[in-house]
Amino acid sequence: MSSNSNLSTMKRTVEQLKLEASVDRIKVSQAAADLQQYCLQNASKDALLVGVPAASNPFREPRSCALL
Amino acid sequence: MAAQEVASQPSDTLTTLKTESETLKTKLEEERAKLHDVELHQVAEKIEALGQFVMKTRRTLKGHGNKVLCMDWCKDKRRIVSSSQDGKVIVWDAFTTNKEHAVTMPCTWVMACAYAPSGCAVACGGLDNKCSVYPLSLDKNENLAAKKKSVAMHTNYLSACCFTNSDMQILTSSGDGTCALWDVESGQMLQSFHGHAADVLCLDLAPSETGNTFVSGGCDKKACVWDMRTGQCIQSFETHESDINSVRYYPSGDAFASGSDDATCRLYDLRADREVAIYSKESIIFGTSSVDFSLSGRLLFGGYNDYTINVWDVLKGTRVSILFGHENRVSTLRVSPDGTAFCSGSWDHTLRIWA
Repeated sequence: MSSNSNLSTMKRTVEQLKLEASVDRIKVSQAAADLQQYCLQNASKDALLVGVPAASNPFREPRSCALL
Repeated sequence: MAAQEVASQPSDTLTTLKTESETLKTKLEEERAKLHDVELHQVAEKIEALGQFVMKTRRTLKGHGNKVLCMDWCKDKRRIVSSSQDGKVIVWDAFTTNKEHAVTMPCTWVMACAYAPSGCAVACGGLDNKCSVYPLSLDKNENLAAKKKSVAMHTNYLSACCFTNSDMQILTSSGDGTCALWDVESGQMLQSFHGHAADVLCLDLAPSETGNTFVSGGCDKKACVWDMRTGQCIQSFETHESDINSVRYYPSGDAFASGSDDATCRLYDLRADREVAIYSKESIIFGTSSVDFSLSGRLLFGGYNDYTINVWDVLKGTRVSILFGHENRVSTLRVSPDGTAFCSGSWDHTLRIWA
């Protein structure tokens, strides 16, 4: 009967829950505003979002053929 | 009786602890709910909707003899390492599609591979329960397997690995339910992370500005955020309804996304300490195997078991594009380091570069 190991597992669970419950939290409205601001601030650098001219995207430009 | 302290009625103490744990869980939910004043997509209503996306396969990397299970980009934004069920690990130049190196592992199902920050080595592992590091030689004829270094040892399969900010340390996750941090040179375990109740399937390191944390996801449907120095789980999230196959930090480090067998992707904000978005559609019924963000965090790419890639507007919660091309499950997906393209690997034996 592993009642002692169950006990120590439960004790650890309770300690862990106490720790998680005590975390400092901010409001979702604040968190959402910050996520949004980050997106908008960095949007112009995001090639997959805004697209860059084909010439400056190494994957979009036509590949050159190597003559062996 | 044993020397350790035992309550005279151990079952009572267990019951007390169980009650306390239930009370704490309820309290945790209440505390989180108090700050749930708005939905992310409501805050995002005022911003412009995204236009049409033209994303196509620009390169197809062929050469693996079986399912591609994992891939990673080199910091040089052009090289890629990929690993397969057939035991092969290949390093490719994604611009030219040439294979630069190939290693045959002693095991099949190489589920994890990673490129070292220096670009001079790769790490990989799977059913061998280990993570091994191979220095990449400039001499194409050199036998890479001869220089192999065994770093990590788990008691079950290796599901994911990644170098920390240098070539010197590797973080691993395993089917044995744990994650661990290893010193590459000595093979010593520097820290272990216990808390998942089942196989850990994925992990991601926080962007370096955010400090020493990482997130992991597992078959216990939980995503856990860990302090790398203390080994402590500092936050955990349990809202998925099935295995979490992939976790990825939002570029600012304040949030992370997850992809699960429950056919949804979710976004968790670390400072609000809760799930803030679900990316799902009734028509999407197959599991998500892998997720990654575009550079600004506005787009979330998800690779699915129905062979497609869905592109989501992270803020508005809507799907903006669906990409077809793979002929079997998409198993792995990563955006390139400068965000100009992303690579997907599939059970159809190929990798595709999309831009």
